[in-house]
Amino acid sequence: MIEVKHLTKIYKTPGQEILALDDVSLQVEDGEIFGIIGLSGAGKSTLIRCINMLEKPTSGKVIINGVEITALEPHELRTARQKIGMIFQHFNLLSSRNVFDNVLFPLEIAGVPKKDAAKRVMELLELVGLADKAKAYPAQLSGGQKQRVGIARALANSPELLLSDEATSALDPQTTRSILGLLKDINKRFNLTILLITHDMNVIKETCDRVAVIAESRIVEVGRVIDIFSNPQTSTSRSFINTVVKRDIPEELLERPEGHAVSGDRRLVSVSFIGKSAGQPLISSMIKKYDVDANILYGNIDRIKDTPFGYLTLELTGPPDQIDEGLLYLKSHGLEVEVLNHV
Amino acid sequence: MFDAWMMDRVLLATWETIYMVAISTFLSYVFGLPLGVILVVSSDGHILENKAVNQVLGSIVNIMRSIPFIIFLILIIPLTRLIVGTYIGTVASIVPLTLAAIPFVARLVETSLKEIEWGLIEAALSMGANSWQIISKVLLPEALPSLTLGVAITTINLVGYSAMAGIVGGGGLGTLAYYYGYQRYENAIMWVTVIILIILVQLVQMLGDSLAAKISNRRR
Repeated sequence: MIEVKHLTKIYKTPGQEILALDDVSLQVEDGEIFGIIGLSGAGKSTLIRCINMLEKPTSGKVIINGVEITALEPHELRTARQKIGMIFQHFNLLSSRNVFDNVLFPLEIAGVPKKDAAKRVMELLELVGLADKAKAYPAQLSGGQKQRVGIARALANSPELLLSDEATSALDPQTTRSILGLLKDINKRFNLTILLITHDMNVIKETCDRVAVIAESRIVEVGRVIDIFSNPQTSTSRSFINTVVKRDIPEELLERPEGHAVSGDRRLVSVSFIGKSAGQPLISSMIKKYDVDANILYGNIDRIKDTPFGYLTLELTGPPDQIDEGLLYLKSHGLEVEVLNHV
Repeated sequence: MFDAWMMDRVLLATWETIYMVAISTFLSYVFGLPLGVILVVSSDGHILENKAVNQVLGSIVNIMRSIPFIIFLILIIPLTRLIVGTYIGTVASIVPLTLAAIPFVARLVETSLKEIEWGLIEAALSMGANSWQIISKVLLPEALPSLTLGVAITTINLVGYSAMAGIVGGGGLGTLAYYYGYQRYENAIMWVTVIILIILVQLVQMLGDSLAAKISNRRR
């Protein structure tokens, strides 16, 4: 478990002080993928660097599995860092070493005997699917391959924690997906805790269990990704979500269409599905069961990590009591229902 | 005027020049390389940041580099005598040549190492590398192509310096050109010396370029 307690970082330059982190506290559980999302300059990069002390916090504590990282002597910190892997936006591979030797590097630092180290490197290259590239130099690899080498290197000393610093920000969407897939796979296979920072909500949506939203050096919202998506509490979170899922309904739809006379009631409702309920034909069974007509105005189905997640905007018409009962039926089957207008 | 005896003199002088330059290049790196590394790692925000050390070494390097070589040569005659026993001859020339080249090498090494992206150092730090491991496994190997070119530049500079040393009795092609070319008006000797110097410089530069390219290409 990683505990971040009241972390503050102030950069002092002659004439001014910049507050990069303002009393940040967090807890990351073992085996989870925890995301920190924020715009550039929000402080996320400083935060992840404070976890392994690449940046020294001005005040506050970082505790990893009971060890207070922020209180270690330099030589103790170096030993502790061997158990904290890190991957980077620009990969940071050594151009002077081929793929094999790049992955060997952290094992050399840790003083692992040559024979064991060589075996370990080949295992890791198999794991990331680059065993055939062992002799290639970084300059000969694509961005995705470079990041795979970066991941193999970060895993070399069997870390307890993997830090990912914008690891997919320099990659195209397809490559991003495959790298995120690899990270999820590693997380499952080794129960490895991953802490990642990103400015891309897609990364959070596809990989993370929980997320912290950081804005202006502070954490403004923390929670399960599903909860933040279905019920964001802050405008920062909402604007990040809007980059991924469109939730706003066009104005015209909220008004009654002209020349469209309907007997009875007409309501616009937004229904969101999480998990299993997304797979059931609940809308059609509601229509059959009650005297209600449903007109689908807008729909979207997606996936948050491994959970299906969808929105539907429906126009329901029929006798008011029948609509009420129909909505109750949907709620009782686990759907989130929100009435957008009552015409 | 240009007979077999003279030919022997030219060959000997060429050999003396190569000998002086090779040894002083080597020795200037023995001292200048660590000095350059210290200048880099002790600089602001680097792995062994130390303002005092950085400023003191930086000033010494600047002072030494601001003295013209021909004056430096005369200035350190007592030191040369102390070390070699004499200040005349090929071996004695190695002292001023080396001393003059050390600060030059230090700055060249510093420039090469400063070009390395901080991200690489950060990655090594994140793996738990100590300062020595960062210097020996990241900084120097990553800068190797650029360091190699630096060696060529230093060698070429020392070829020029060695000719200057030759004028005050340092031996090598400089002495030959001065005695025969200048004092006895034997223009042919002067020209032969110049041509040999041109060839030497060309060879060193070509060797440096091809070595640096070879290292870079292997990584490409």
